[in-house]
Parts: sequence; C-alpha cells; structure tokens
Amino acid sequence: MTEPRPKIVGFCCERHGMDAVVLAARSGKQFEVSVRLVQVPCTGRVDGMHILRSLEEGADAVFVLGCLEKNCYYDTGSIEGRKRVGYVKQMLSELGLEKERVEMFNAASSNSWVFPEIVAKMVEVVRKFGPVGGEKR
Amino acid sequence: MIVAKRKPLNEIAEMLAPYKKVTIIGCRSCVAICLAGGEKEVKMLVSALKIKNKRDGRKQQIEGTVVERQCEKEWVQEIEDEILDSDVTLSMACSLGAQTIGDMYPKHLTFPGLNTGIFGVPEEQGVWSENCVGCGNCIIHTTGGICPIARCAKSMLNGPCGGSANRKCEVNLEVDCAWSAIYDRLKLQNRLDLIESVTPAKDWSASHSGGRRVIVREDAKLTQHQKKGKGVT
Repeated sequence: MTEPRPKIVGFCCERHGMDAVVLAARSGKQFEVSVRLVQVPCTGRVDGMHILRSLEEGADAVFVLGCLEKNCYYDTGSIEGRKRVGYVKQMLSELGLEKERVEMFNAASSNSWVFPEIVAKMVEVVRKFGPVGGEKR
Repeated sequence: MIVAKRKPLNEIAEMLAPYKKVTIIGCRSCVAICLAGGEKEVKMLVSALKIKNKRDGRKQQIEGTVVERQCEKEWVQEIEDEILDSDVTLSMACSLGAQTIGDMYPKHLTFPGLNTGIFGVPEEQGVWSENCVGCGNCIIHTTGGICPIARCAKSMLNGPCGGSANRKCEVNLEVDCAWSAIYDRLKLQNRLDLIESVTPAKDWSASHSGGRRVIVREDAKLTQHQKKGKGVT
C-alpha cells in the first residue's frame, strides 16, 4: 500500500504569486504531493479564518504566496498577508500545535524556482510532524 | 466602547475540555469592533479548537454563532435553542454578554472567552486606550476634556503628582502625564485659570466603590400594564 500524499493548500495572489507558480508548472516538474492552490486577488485578502479552515478540513500544511514585499501590486497586501499568517502561527502555538504548518512566502513573477522550494519545505514539515490528526507520514 | 481581549487559547481549550457539546457565541457590537469576539474571531476560534481536538483525538462538537448584542436579552433569546442544546456556552462577548446569558439560563454553564478590559477609544488601527473608568461623576469640562481619573495612574484631581517628569508618568515612562496633557489643552483653550481652581475631594460613592450601580430612567420604564401587553415578565 502506498503511503498517503501530504495535503498542502496554498493561497496565491493572482499577481506575482500565481505567475511564479505558473512559470514553475511550465517546466513540467511533477510533485509527489497534493497541492491545492487557491487564487486570491491579493494575499491581503487571505484571512486567518481561511488558513485555519483549511487545516480543519484536512490540509496538513498551508502556505500563502504573495508578491515581494517591496514590489507588491497592491503596495502593502503581502505585508498584510504576513501579519495574518503570523497571527495564525501564534494561535497554533497557544494551542500547542506546530506553527511551522503555516508559512508565508514571497516571489516575483520570474522566480520559477520558488514554488518547488515552497512545496519541498512544506512537505518536509508534514513529514516531520505528520498529519494534524494522525500518524507521521 | 468596551475593549476586550481573547483569553489564551490553551486556557479556553482547558476550560472546555470536559464537555461534549460546545456553543461559542460572539457579539457584533463592541468586541467585534475591537477584533476580539466578532463573527470572524468566533469562526477562527471554532476552527482552532477543532484542529486541536483533531490532534488530541478528542470528540467534541463545537458550533459557533453570533448575536447582534449579547448584553441584551432580546438578541440572546433568538439563539436560545443553540444555547440550551449545548453542554456549555463560551461567550466571546464582554463579561456583560456572558453574564446576560448566565442570568437568562442560570442552570446552563456559560464561560468567558474574553478578558474584558477597558472603556477605550481606538488610537490607531489595532490600538485602544483607556479614557474613562465610568466613575459616575464626569468633570472633564474643568480639565480641558481630558479625564484625570482614567488617564492619571493616581487619579489626581489637582495637578500632577511629584513623580511626573518630562511630561511622562512615573508609573510608565511610555505614557504621557495626564496633567501635562490637561495643561496643554487648557492653554490651547485659553482657560489656564481653571488649573488653579481647587477641585474638592471626589465623592467616590457614585463609582464602583459605592457598590453595584443601577441606572434608571423612570419615564422609559414600562408600567405593569405595558409589560402585560408586551408579554414581558
């Protein structure tokens, strides 16, 4: 029996974040994980509620990918996104859960290497801690 | 408005751990504005606790709902079924909301999810500061609109204490001395003469020191006949 693949949810801004993902996808690289991407207008639109709901509904890890902070299409959106991620991390810590399950990343449209790096990092986190409610994968 | 802060999540989780069915109730008034117990905060808390339960393998049913104003019985009554259907209710309103539910359903357990803090004003986004303590006898017309009871650590009524230095409070050097602010405001208003007038010792019986306070407006109260007509008991 093959072991279940880590389930990762990524909230990507429709500007640089998604562009960087699309660029990486065009390279044809295959991932041994289930990554569900949610396109949002801006990472400033991502709320802690969305991140926690993803974990509640079965995601093992969640990442938010936005523009570079000094080059955000909406100026301060990715800064807002980082703050929201920080708040969720704090909530997870208070509950004794692994805050590493939630991360914020930034990329420029041309950074094709960022998405594979993010996936690798999040997979490592899931392999280390296992799914939220079960054995290690 | 009333400003509150969510209790640490581990404290909340511990409080709720023995119960199977939990209803978390938020409030759309003050605590929603101060980002402590509105709809979003309730949803986040429900999710966070469910994740914690999933991790710990604990079976607990957690539901979240929000009322317009938890301190008013009429709004709470609308969710009576949800309250009574649970083993425990966690109020994400200020203590007034939690106590309203507790008074309405005395046999039912109602726990506080927030620590009620201050009567505060938003200084900037995410920052609220205390400007009133509800002492029951407002004097800010004589102090340039700045309350020395709330804003001075010692609630001085006749100028600053000896510890005030460089316009800062000795209790906390980050905080401006209230009397320094009052002096500036009175100067701006050309009413500096007020600073020399002596304010007599305050009658604290109108404050909380006089025991639990009840404010009544007789003309607004319903007569027995009106209560009967409205079905109010």
